[in-house]
Amino acid sequence: MKNEKLIKQRFKQVMPQVEFCSLRYVEERSEELQVRQNIAEPPTSKRDRGLMITVIERGGLGYAATSDFSVEGLRHAISRAKRWAESSREKTITDFSKIAMPHAQGEYASVVEKPWDSVSLADKLDLLHRESAQCQLNDKILDWQASLESVQTEQLYLTNQGGEIRQSHEYLMPSVGVTANQGVETQYRSFGALGYGWQGGLEILERTGFVGQGHKVAEEALQLLAATVCPDQKMDLMLVPDQMILQIHESIGHPIELDRILGDERNYAGTSFVTLDMFGHYQYGSPLLNVTFDPTISTELASYGFDDEGLPAEKTYLIREGILVRPLGGTVSQARAGLAGVANARASSWNRPPIDRMANLNVEPGESRFEDMIRSIERGIMMKTNLSWSIDDSRNKFQFGCEWGQLIENGVLTQVVKNPNYRGISATFWRNLKQVGNADTLEVFGLPNCGKGEPNQTIRVSHASPTCVFSDVDVFGGV
Amino acid sequence: MQDYFYVLADFIDQQLQNDEVYLCELIAEQSDFIRFNKGKVRQPSSVEQRYLEIDLIKGQRHTRGQLALSGNTSSDYEQVKDLLSALRDQLRDSPEDPYLLYATEVQSTESINLNPLPEPEEALTITEAIQGHDFVGLYAAGGLFTGFANSLGQRNWHSHHSFNLDWSFYHDTDKAVKSAYAGFKWEQATFQERITQSLAQLEWMKQSPRTIEPGQYRVYLAPTALYDIINLLGWGGFGLKAQRTKDSPLLRMLEEPAQHLHPSINLIENTAKGLAPGFQSEGFIKPAQVPLITSGVYKSALISPRSAKEYKVETNGANEDESPNSLDLAPGDLQQDQILKALDTGIYINNLWYLNYSDRAACRITGMTRFASFWVENGEIKAPLNVMRFDETLYNMLGKKLIALTAERAFLMETDTYEVRSTGSTRLPGALIDGFTFTL
Repeated sequence: MKNEKLIKQRFKQVMPQVEFCSLRYVEERSEELQVRQNIAEPPTSKRDRGLMITVIERGGLGYAATSDFSVEGLRHAISRAKRWAESSREKTITDFSKIAMPHAQGEYASVVEKPWDSVSLADKLDLLHRESAQCQLNDKILDWQASLESVQTEQLYLTNQGGEIRQSHEYLMPSVGVTANQGVETQYRSFGALGYGWQGGLEILERTGFVGQGHKVAEEALQLLAATVCPDQKMDLMLVPDQMILQIHESIGHPIELDRILGDERNYAGTSFVTLDMFGHYQYGSPLLNVTFDPTISTELASYGFDDEGLPAEKTYLIREGILVRPLGGTVSQARAGLAGVANARASSWNRPPIDRMANLNVEPGESRFEDMIRSIERGIMMKTNLSWSIDDSRNKFQFGCEWGQLIENGVLTQVVKNPNYRGISATFWRNLKQVGNADTLEVFGLPNCGKGEPNQTIRVSHASPTCVFSDVDVFGGV
Repeated sequence: MQDYFYVLADFIDQQLQNDEVYLCELIAEQSDFIRFNKGKVRQPSSVEQRYLEIDLIKGQRHTRGQLALSGNTSSDYEQVKDLLSALRDQLRDSPEDPYLLYATEVQSTESINLNPLPEPEEALTITEAIQGHDFVGLYAAGGLFTGFANSLGQRNWHSHHSFNLDWSFYHDTDKAVKSAYAGFKWEQATFQERITQSLAQLEWMKQSPRTIEPGQYRVYLAPTALYDIINLLGWGGFGLKAQRTKDSPLLRMLEEPAQHLHPSINLIENTAKGLAPGFQSEGFIKPAQVPLITSGVYKSALISPRSAKEYKVETNGANEDESPNSLDLAPGDLQQDQILKALDTGIYINNLWYLNYSDRAACRITGMTRFASFWVENGEIKAPLNVMRFDETLYNMLGKKLIALTAERAFLMETDTYEVRSTGSTRLPGALIDGFTFTL
């Protein structure tokens, strides 16, 4: 990290005499390339850097963020954070002085086999041109694009009692999307249009089968355009991993965030149907449901060594055999709630304070083979790739729509249907989980844009999931 | 901040080589945020950030880069030089862009509205006014600064100091009322009045809630609820690119036989009466108004310079994503004191939540009721409503099932703080609608 020595030296120089003080420096470089309708759009790059100072003193808490890391800039930020800590004393939701903040030391770095910069701009644009060129199969395809986004971050976390953590990440977000139209019908099919992401370099393209996606999604968009509308019926629902991630995210991840349960999010992202007394015994899902917080899978977007308050991260079961056992809550929330949690206090960047976030929240694989799951379904539907998502503020009544639906009749996958949607209630939906696919069906997908918090923050999260089957789900189509 | 930006722009001018052209935009803020929960302070913070985006152009080739600046001119000069050098390297491998279009007629503008805002200690006295209540929300305040400059000598500046306190008072579980106090000059008496109104409304939430069966109901959408529907339409509804690629949720207003909304629907992008800058990142000046829907019929689109070039039409200064910033829906004639009587028996909805399309091409929208929504019988509020999911097309809601719009309108300053504090705003009435479909 280019500025590491300078920042450490300056922090030492201006460190205030307070109970707790930390400095979190973040440097992020990103580049986005897109070819739309076989024309390259101008490359866009970003270089962001800045730091957040946190001060805890006599029960009060204060944050100040600045992109000026001169000695004077640091002094100003510390002074502002101290001022907040002093003026918020006795007005805060908890006595922050009573919380033991971590002072850990350590490092984390993404596993990168083929760094973004190892391939020229021209070659990367060529790759996108090749995908784009495969998309326009006929004149019903009105729009299409292929894109790549790479993000590289470096982070340094220092505390006034010797905490020192260095973490560097590299992420890749590839996508291809196609719009097909006939009259008043428009269908959209994509690879990652709402945001897929993985940790790593350009080797991710090979692992995820990016090459050839242009032709595949274009063919599928045309199939959808010609398909009948999804029927309105209660039936078995098979969700493959790229829709399971949304289901996990919205109806398990957000409800078990401890800050939501403690009420912090009630004015914006919402509350939760989960309450503090449920942990340890509440039947969240069927006994087939096992959910983990797992920061150790190298390709998942939110693998890291430590959270943004310096807490070491490790794999932890949150739901075991259907029983809710632990929330997603970092150091501060754990202290407020008196519950054990995980290392998930994370900030979107240098200019926002950490809050409880999902990280890698995964459904563990089961025993069922994909073919056996299909064979076991008399009347059902398989849905792929999220298109629409909506859920109430307690994270209970949800309605999700997918790009792709395919009926399952008498144990066989049959016709493709368009505009597939389903609705349910989180508190009962997971109890109807009747089959969990084995490790062969498991896939990892990242979501780079989970929104939450006041002030608002978007953050990268990830989910690994096998294919799953739910019984008696309300399925319906469009107008 | 303005002088600092103009000095930087002059510096970029000096760094250009040969026949290079640049466009640049500064987006900066100096903000205080106080996050509240249960009437106490959860997270107080200050943020100073300055982002500069440069579009370096040579002929038809161009490439863009964004920097976080420190505010110190000397170190920022070095960063700008590094960025220009990197952009120059990229230009060599960047193909020509046939849709590049930027303003060549120099039109410099300035809009400044700077007011003193509460210091941290003063802002924290909010906790005194709401003592004893379950108050949760965010106070966001400070200066917002947007600047544009190009190598042709154009300079544009837009800055204002504003505050936005967005809060909820909770009674129990999800039973709450939501309110806001936003503006440019904090007035304690006005704030106190809003708190009193909000607490009075909370009393209604203390009654036993009513659960209704899925079905069709007569509803009144307060401006804060209708805002969520209008705001969702901004996601691809009004841009030329979405129209031409048939991706617009308003597709059925555009294709023959065209569907229309109720003749009382008149929607404009009203930049002149909004809070967002009147210029955009390619240097075009936005017209005072762009009519989007007139008498229920689709009128015109928001057209970015890129779409203008691609589809061979004139730009109307839309931002790159062609989304609106200052929507304005014309009022109707339903008087405020007649709303409950006109609703008769049905649901009074103050807020909606988490809207999305369940069939985008048909503009069928789903979402939830949230906060203060009430069951009304014979023109009287009877009970708070347990949350319900709706799923309804725009052509029903604001078309054949629209009964009336209110004569009084609300001016809503956006509370969005993703990356930067929003300068968006919306002016709109409430809507009385028959046969609104609830599904779950």
